[in-house]
Amino acid sequence: MSGPLSQVLSFDHTTELLVALAVGVGFGFTLERAGFGRADNLAAIFYGRDFRVMRVMFTAIVTAMLGLYFLDLVGILPLYSIGILETFWLPQLVGGLILGAGFIIGGYCPGTSLVGSASGKVDAMLFVLGLFGGSLAFVLGGSTLVPLQNATPMGRVLLHEFFGMSSSVVVLGVVLFAIGCFVAVGKIEALVNRGRAEQ
Amino acid sequence: MSEPERIWWNPYVAGVALGLVALTSFVVTGRGLGASGAMKRTAAAAVRTASPTFADENPAISSMIVPGQSLLSDWIVFMAVGVVAGGAIGAVTRRRFRVETVRGPRIGVESRWVLAVVGGVLSGFAAQLAKGCTSGQAVTGGAQLALGSWIFMFSVFGGAYGLAWFVRKQWV
Repeated sequence: MSGPLSQVLSFDHTTELLVALAVGVGFGFTLERAGFGRADNLAAIFYGRDFRVMRVMFTAIVTAMLGLYFLDLVGILPLYSIGILETFWLPQLVGGLILGAGFIIGGYCPGTSLVGSASGKVDAMLFVLGLFGGSLAFVLGGSTLVPLQNATPMGRVLLHEFFGMSSSVVVLGVVLFAIGCFVAVGKIEALVNRGRAEQ
Repeated sequence: MSEPERIWWNPYVAGVALGLVALTSFVVTGRGLGASGAMKRTAAAAVRTASPTFADENPAISSMIVPGQSLLSDWIVFMAVGVVAGGAIGAVTRRRFRVETVRGPRIGVESRWVLAVVGGVLSGFAAQLAKGCTSGQAVTGGAQLALGSWIFMFSVFGGAYGLAWFVRKQWV
């Protein structure tokens, strides 16, 4: 086989929806078990107290990356048979900054707010209400905003292509970067929490 | 933090599990994870119900329209429904489903509610601008090594760290 199962087995629309539902259940369950259904667990990273968010996120990225690049290497799932995200650097940079602001102000990101709501958190439900409002505003302003969303297109460009390096070097680099971050944040946590204990 | 209901998975275990969920999604569907796209479709579906003509003429909505099909009949919407179900299963099976407002010790409930809505509005708008959120861009595109997703991820951390001092009373 070569390519995602949905193409190899040519899933119909209903199958596609049911598979997405099942993946979503696994996704939501994992986020909940990770502690991401509570805003205080999520916000702690931005005060140096608990870098759980970074540990989970970088470990997830490394795990999925190693899997993807291995399956590409052995020819089971060629990278370009899946939906590689396109780069629009400016809207992604600006959107990231605003989403980060929304994260620290609201306490969640879109996925975790769904889990928080499902755990009974009123603040998460209000965040979801806000998400709907923000999305509605974007959609209503579509004529003006869609061109901004599509500005500075670079197409499907991967890090190693951009830097003109071998993919194996970048994959290894990402693994080392993640490990370096884990070591560094452990030290930051120790410093911050020792400082708090002394107060 | 000692009560049993507050015990979470080890973060590295949770990270491997989350990575495997994403990898499964790639292998089975050819797509990664996502959440904010469901909000966009819900908003677009509401607009389309109110005014089909406006929806047809609006590029943010018309690009998603498949003739004879609801805007909600899409994988990303079903995934979001699954996330809610999976989150509820996780909370209920650990007996930590509780209706409450999560906030730091130095902020009132009403202020926390206002900030939650404001943060949601900003995030909803931003996720559309960036064509994805922490799930759809940072985790999915991060694992693919997509350039824009890495730009996005560093920007999210930058935006949040940049503002953290100003809203510290909400959390610490």
